[in-house]
Amino acid sequence: MNRRAYDFWVGVFVVLGLAALAFLALRVSNVSSGNGRATYRVTAAFDNIGGLKAKAPIRSAGVLVGRVAGIRLDPETYRAVVSLDIEQGYHFSRDSSAEILTSGILGDQYIGLTPGGEETMLKNGDRITLTSSALVLEKLISQFMFSKASENPTEAKPAP
Amino acid sequence: MLEWLDTRIRAFGTPVVDALIKLGFGFRFFVSVLWHSLATLRRPRLVVREIYFSGVLSLIIILVSGLFVGMVLALQGYDTLQRFGASEALGVLVSLSLLRELGPVVAGLLFASRAGSAITAEIGLMKATEQLAAMEMMAVNPVARVMAPRFWGGVISMPVLAALFSAMGIFGGYLVGVVLIGVDAGSFWAQMQAQVDLRYDIGNGLIKSAVFGVAVAIIAVFEGFDAPPTAEGVSGATTRTVVTSSLVILGLDFILTAFMFRGI
Repeated sequence: MNRRAYDFWVGVFVVLGLAALAFLALRVSNVSSGNGRATYRVTAAFDNIGGLKAKAPIRSAGVLVGRVAGIRLDPETYRAVVSLDIEQGYHFSRDSSAEILTSGILGDQYIGLTPGGEETMLKNGDRITLTSSALVLEKLISQFMFSKASENPTEAKPAP
Repeated sequence: MLEWLDTRIRAFGTPVVDALIKLGFGFRFFVSVLWHSLATLRRPRLVVREIYFSGVLSLIIILVSGLFVGMVLALQGYDTLQRFGASEALGVLVSLSLLRELGPVVAGLLFASRAGSAITAEIGLMKATEQLAAMEMMAVNPVARVMAPRFWGGVISMPVLAALFSAMGIFGGYLVGVVLIGVDAGSFWAQMQAQVDLRYDIGNGLIKSAVFGVAVAIIAVFEGFDAPPTAEGVSGATTRTVVTSSLVILGLDFILTAFMFRGI
């Protein structure tokens, strides 16, 4: 085979490789994360974050508005402090509330932001004060069982 | 008694010492290939020829295997996911499995069997027919002329092949999941796009495949260079290339996965 034939087939190979990469980048993945879009950082403290992880999405009305930047435990209050990177285009009032939700039955946990009514907006370094923790199934079940047990104590019949 | 102990220690120690000597020689050879790479990269025609032999000629096996692996993944994944009513997550399952693990690893194993063995056999035969010695006689450095182009051909081809394997696998998953079984096409692609991260999943998969490319290429070239110049020696070296490369790929995969995807 002459040099031109080698060059031709290697050219085809490279084009195929680039096409595969373009397919993976554009059709398969989300290009949004780490794309350099400007964000501002706020924090929120939760009693329990459940299974929330760094890079988890932050959604408002179901729309992706940012991602969780990091999670740490406050050594004084023993609450989980979550850093939230919210995209610059989205503004939320200072009394917005953050809650940890689960997407679907098998889905990951994410943070849901509900805007409040105040006129001043959250800015870099602020803290969201209204938070509600993740739903922990074990706690829910034990609460349900306690409430059931205390609901009808009179029903317990004396032994014959 | 002492004599018996001496024999046992020698029987255990000799293979260990031999393996260490081979490892040291292999490392020296690797440094030498890197050292002579500059001279090789100044003659890209040699590398292009090797990309043809390692990459283009491996295309068929990679594309067909990728397609079938993706199709099987979709069948198996659907069977499990539909029990939980989560069959829409099929796209995520197929794409993440392929991009993070199966693409780089299976493409690497196939590349070791198809291209690695061919490189070893070719170099081993060149050694057996004294072509390498003849080059040295003509003041041509065989490491720069024969080894380095084959090494770089393999290193460049491997990530391209892994990307093609993954893309073909995802297409196979689409064929089975959406066209054959009837999973909603919109959710198949949308869930995939929501979960697969460009830098994390695709980027790390490509880094993995590049590392596997370096490992397979250097093992293939080294085994050919180190092969005893007999028919038996060349066949043994070819076998060793496939076995060693496969084991190294699996070991490296564990280490790289632990580094890249821990805590996600």
